[in-house]
Amino acid sequence: MHDQTKRSLFSAMLRIRRVEEALATRYAEQMMRCPMHLCIGQEAIAVGVCAALRKEDKVFSNHRAHGHYLAKGGDLSAMVAELYGRVTGCCGGRGGSMHLVDLDVGFMGATPIVGGTVPLAVGSAWAASLKGTPDVTVSFLGDGCFEEGVVHESLNFSALHRLPIIFVCENNDFSVYTRRDERQPNRPIYRIAEAHGMPAVAADGNDVEMVSSLVRTAVENARNGRGPQFLEFDAYRWREHCGPDFDDHLKYRSVQEIESGMNNCPIDRYRKVLLQSGCLDQQACTGIEAQIRKEVSAAFEFALASSKPTIKDAWEKVYA
Amino acid sequence: MHDVAERQLTFAEAIRESLDQAMEKDSRVIVIGEGVPDPKAIFNTTAGLCQKYGARRVFDMPLSENGLTGACIGAALSGIRPVMIHQRIDFALLAMDQLVNNAAKWHYMFNGKASVPMVVRMIVGRGWGQGPQHSQSLQAMFAMVPGLKVVMPTTAHDAKGMMIAAIEDDNPVLFIEHRWLHHVSDNVPDYYYRVPIGQARTLHEGSDVTVAAFSYMAFEALIAAKSMSMEMGIGLDVIDMRTVRPLDVESVLTSVRKTGRLIVADTAFRTGSIAGELISQVVEQAFSFLKAPPVRIASPDFPTPTSPFMAEDYYPGPQTIADAALDLMGKTKEADGYRRMSAVLVRKGPHDAPNREFSGPF
Repeated sequence: MHDQTKRSLFSAMLRIRRVEEALATRYAEQMMRCPMHLCIGQEAIAVGVCAALRKEDKVFSNHRAHGHYLAKGGDLSAMVAELYGRVTGCCGGRGGSMHLVDLDVGFMGATPIVGGTVPLAVGSAWAASLKGTPDVTVSFLGDGCFEEGVVHESLNFSALHRLPIIFVCENNDFSVYTRRDERQPNRPIYRIAEAHGMPAVAADGNDVEMVSSLVRTAVENARNGRGPQFLEFDAYRWREHCGPDFDDHLKYRSVQEIESGMNNCPIDRYRKVLLQSGCLDQQACTGIEAQIRKEVSAAFEFALASSKPTIKDAWEKVYA
Repeated sequence: MHDVAERQLTFAEAIRESLDQAMEKDSRVIVIGEGVPDPKAIFNTTAGLCQKYGARRVFDMPLSENGLTGACIGAALSGIRPVMIHQRIDFALLAMDQLVNNAAKWHYMFNGKASVPMVVRMIVGRGWGQGPQHSQSLQAMFAMVPGLKVVMPTTAHDAKGMMIAAIEDDNPVLFIEHRWLHHVSDNVPDYYYRVPIGQARTLHEGSDVTVAAFSYMAFEALIAAKSMSMEMGIGLDVIDMRTVRPLDVESVLTSVRKTGRLIVADTAFRTGSIAGELISQVVEQAFSFLKAPPVRIASPDFPTPTSPFMAEDYYPGPQTIADAALDLMGKTKEADGYRRMSAVLVRKGPHDAPNREFSGPF
């Protein structure tokens, strides 16, 4: 991997982190009046996956979508404006944090019904196959999806028709506050995909280079007619399921567990690697931080300066 | 009304022809459903399509109603125009999440950046003990959702034209067919034509009572209207609603302003039916024209029983409509011609098989 690529992976992760930290800080002002699910701690998966995609490749996502959207190249200002409910938001204020879209970069849409966009991603891959276009589709899904029937239906159909799709499971072990062992029998998730007849691997989701290299292979397979591919990555959700805060006080997970999760920070890990190898130095790090800070504050300024929609706007576009 | 030399097709044949012509005209159109390419071909409505257009456009479907609805939505977002088929509307309940949360909302929630041009055919069963889970008429459940269009054509002519309009529409259109209309014929042009979604059509003119009816009940209302007119000199203005959402309330208002009396005949359960919605809108907008309270004719509020002995009196029919019209006019069953009319309306065949006595054209 080129040094430039490595630096891009690093700054893409850091950018997502800084955007979400800024969102978390300003959430208390109560001007972003929508539920918000932060992916802080899970940035390596979004970045590693999207780095292996072309612009025309498609991504479908879920309620925890900020990282996926930004990693795929989604417009930052339009995202922040969406959270503030402004007309310049990517959905004109109709969706908020849980409904992001940027068709110009192949980010097809994110919605918050668990498993809801998984069959749509399959349909997108089906369309590519029917039209003979070379694009592949990525479906981001969580561990909770494997309790939803529609996900098994989607895996079945994609394998049946050997569709060019990559399923990326971000397994953070929690559905809100409920652990996976209270929801699922003791069996690896990726083996379910394997049973549906597709190659599947599980790996460390905090190692951005590993994520990217596994996805690159999967994308190549999918693009070359070898059918759906499945990747399961471990992840750790640092903050509360929904909202800007930490929720350690609820005691549904131990302090040791949280500490160990945070010690495995994908960004710190990668920074250390890049500093050690000389790919990055402190000065470059500072430069990246400053650039991101500038971009983030510009996005907030843009959002806050944007006009507010009215109920008159809300009557429009019910039908195409 | 029609030239007798015109070509007649059954409703089922008209559907088949509409799919064939739409696929011929637009290579983006695909058809998928459980049994689509099989020997029975969805009551022959998809016969020959697979042979003609191949297995990359005509698909059988895994038993995954929700997943495949989602896949069709995803394909529709990416430039394909899918027609999905459920042999019974009851099966489409498994796809409620995808229809309501995704198909209906996608265009709106993403601020018009994308749309979902897909058609979902759903067939309402009846007779031969179809029972609680194979004969529901659930149009109101879908029609309550903004973002969906719901059509229920009655005639073969409209079935073809509305299927073409539905396939060309950039929105999700639910195309609900009553199984007992499949054998009914009408004059159907052989060329490619559209019948607009959202416009009702007068099937029988009269000035005494408006009967706004949906799907098979429009067929039943027409039978009632013909007999009432002939035997009793009573004129029913029968409006075939054709579309459930958007409702063509204006056509009903125009008729009610003329007749002052309204019956709405629906194939669904009474409570929560679209008949109730239509009456609400008429009462809101034309209360002063009404000479009597409007009447809903619908299925009773319990599931459809299977046993022929229980099912016999389950469905309202032409006699129910005629009696309601008479009542609205303040006439009794002693009125002149009532017995003759009722004698005509008596069903000759078994009650749990389609009425073959009138088979079109309209």
